Amino acid sequence: MSATPGTKAAARRAAAPPVAAPMATPPHPTLKELKERKAASRQRLRRRGDLLTISMGPQHPSTHGVFRAELDLDGEVIVAVRPEIGNLHRGVEKLCEQLTYHQVIPLTDRLDYIAGFAMNHGFCEAAEKLMGVEVPARARYLRTMTHELCRLSNHILWLGVHIMDLGTQTFFCICFRDREYVLDLLEMLTGARLTHSFARIGGVAKDLPDGFEHRCRKVIDFLPKRVAEYERIVKNNRIYHKRAKGVGIFTSEDCHTWRVTGPPLRAAGVARDLRKDEPYAAYDEVDFEVAVEYNADVYDRFLVRMKEIRESCKIIAQCLDALPDGPFLAKDVAHSLPMKADVLRDPAAMIRDFCQVFKGPSAPKGEVYRAIEVPKGEMGVYIRSEGGAKPARVRFSNPSFYHAQAVPALVEGETVADMVAIFASVDVVLGDCDR
Amino acid sequence: MSDELAQFIFLLIKAVALPLVIILIVAFAIYFERKFAGFFQGRVGPTYLGPWGSLQSFGDVLKLISKEDLIPAKADKPVFKLAPYLVFIPAFLVMAVLPFGPVGAGQAPEFFGHRFDFVIAAGFDSGLVLFLAMGALAFYGVVLAGWASNSNYSLLGGLRAGAQMVSYELAMGFAVVGVMLMAGSLSLVDIVDAQAGDFWHWYFIPQIVGGVIFFIATLAELNRTPFDLPEAEQELVAGYLTEYSGMRWGMFYLSEYVNMIVVSGIVATLYLGGWRAPLTVLDFIPGPVWFFLKIFFLMFIYMWIRWTIFRYRYNQLMSIGWKVLLPLSLANLVVTAIVVSLVG
Repeated sequence: MSATPGTKAAARRAAAPPVAAPMATPPHPTLKELKERKAASRQRLRRRGDLLTISMGPQHPSTHGVFRAELDLDGEVIVAVRPEIGNLHRGVEKLCEQLTYHQVIPLTDRLDYIAGFAMNHGFCEAAEKLMGVEVPARARYLRTMTHELCRLSNHILWLGVHIMDLGTQTFFCICFRDREYVLDLLEMLTGARLTHSFARIGGVAKDLPDGFEHRCRKVIDFLPKRVAEYERIVKNNRIYHKRAKGVGIFTSEDCHTWRVTGPPLRAAGVARDLRKDEPYAAYDEVDFEVAVEYNADVYDRFLVRMKEIRESCKIIAQCLDALPDGPFLAKDVAHSLPMKADVLRDPAAMIRDFCQVFKGPSAPKGEVYRAIEVPKGEMGVYIRSEGGAKPARVRFSNPSFYHAQAVPALVEGETVADMVAIFASVDVVLGDCDR
Repeated sequence: MSDELAQFIFLLIKAVALPLVIILIVAFAIYFERKFAGFFQGRVGPTYLGPWGSLQSFGDVLKLISKEDLIPAKADKPVFKLAPYLVFIPAFLVMAVLPFGPVGAGQAPEFFGHRFDFVIAAGFDSGLVLFLAMGALAFYGVVLAGWASNSNYSLLGGLRAGAQMVSYELAMGFAVVGVMLMAGSLSLVDIVDAQAGDFWHWYFIPQIVGGVIFFIATLAELNRTPFDLPEAEQELVAGYLTEYSGMRWGMFYLSEYVNMIVVSGIVATLYLGGWRAPLTVLDFIPGPVWFFLKIFFLMFIYMWIRWTIFRYRYNQLMSIGWKVLLPLSLANLVVTAIVVSLVG
């Protein structure tokens, strides 16, 4: 019974079902298997005493702030990582308990200082949910627009930093130049480049300034072209492909395990975007696509963010087109500030302003949780109120914290050079991580 | 005056003048690198010191010299002090064999009735070997600097330098053998003489594969961007330089540029006809001018590469070195050997 190998293969081919094989998913070990494997190798190396422990950060040039990690290295391969989170802890959540709801808003700018308005927005959405404030249509559109401007600024900065971590400083400067256009817009709109403090409970602080629309349209016409240029530069670079493709794979399963959200999750093939799934502000009234990629590596995170820049430009254009008339702050006597122009004219508004500033809003008892999609992922805000002007407890569940704590799962088994790239690719801002 | 005495005086002049000229070029090379970096990045670069900031490097060196000489407490002090010299001196030694102008009877100009050869060590036959040896020696400086600093980042940088050296030096050596076979000599003077004529006689045309391999390998030798792994700023802070400061650091920094000039000179000598004009009608412009023009051109390419492309991971550099460059350079060597033996 000695069939030649050729006939055996032919028989096997005949026996195989004629349908095309399903799209092969790469055999990726589960997190548990990976962990066991890593633990075993770590044990082995530790017994041999062959590990080199280096302390990466807090002054390391590419930990994006004051992140510190202790790395156990076997040659250049990272065997174990112990991230140290909390170097930038400022007690923001505790401070919130001493401040009225209005006063908390400027504090939230200091969380993710790359996208300050997004943080304001998240807190205000939660406070409005607690107080049952109805936000007027114009304010919702303005919020959507400002939030997307922040997303642009964040993603362009991310691109520059990410590419710089792979060794090209020129790209960093190019990205900073383009981010400047977005920051100029934000400055024109909110008065500040980074710490916008633009959202208010029940709306936004100011109306559109004169000439903003014209400038904004110019920038959002021009940015997608720039993004196409970036993509051309980066995608046609073989070294980038080598450094980014198949590096730092973090599947959707891993993302669920470590609560990694935002672009890294969408790069893992999950079309999860709170702007679509649980719309807030005016996101259900504008038309946009959720950027999804499937390979879950550094390269796909780059693609997702580039797509998001384009979608953000589209959203901003739609907001400018469909911007409704009307007030930009809710006429809610108990909870929101009056418009500044009215304060100087109308005695009733002046008294209301006085009460809101000195006493604060009168929130009902209760607790709320509200999550929104900020540029880095999902930002959850939890507020517990026992009535009165100050929250009894505020918790921010911000993406950077979860991304930073997932670093061991992300980089163990990779090299030091890749750790830098991977750490940048999940996008962490330390102000957001350590509150 | 006897010819020996004249040659000795010429030798002294050359041996003093060439390093001085090169140091001067280094100062401006650093300035131009920063200026180019600025232009590539949409900035202006240095502007304050001197016209258009051109004296910036002198200011930097003054600052470095006046800084405190800091040696980490747990460093291996003698080795820590030795390492910068191990990098600095080999870079200069290669200049001795680099023909920066016409050499030999019938070509070299005569001053006061004596021939002036534009090379320091005119009679040295194996200049190519000296270049390869000095390149390898400089890496000891890097590795020892990494080791002696007693810092983990420095150690990793030193290890990377070692890994990098073994992966590209073989390819580099084999690529050079192609030129050696064609010229039939290891002497850089003879190699330039073998490329006499217009630019289509230069070796970059028959040795294009070897030339490209050699150029890529020199990027690794110079620790410049796609292969600047030993001092990868984003990964290892500053690699083997992490613990160095003041003028010791400055020596590493200067020798990087001296190396760049020397290696550009070697590339120009091996593949771009050395000091020869691209067309013989342009011979009225003296050889040293052409030689330094070629050096500046190559240095600009090095700077251009540094500010535009990404860094390889170190295992990728090794796989390029062993799997791509080495086989290609061997193939180039075999083809060259066959062609040379057939043609004669």
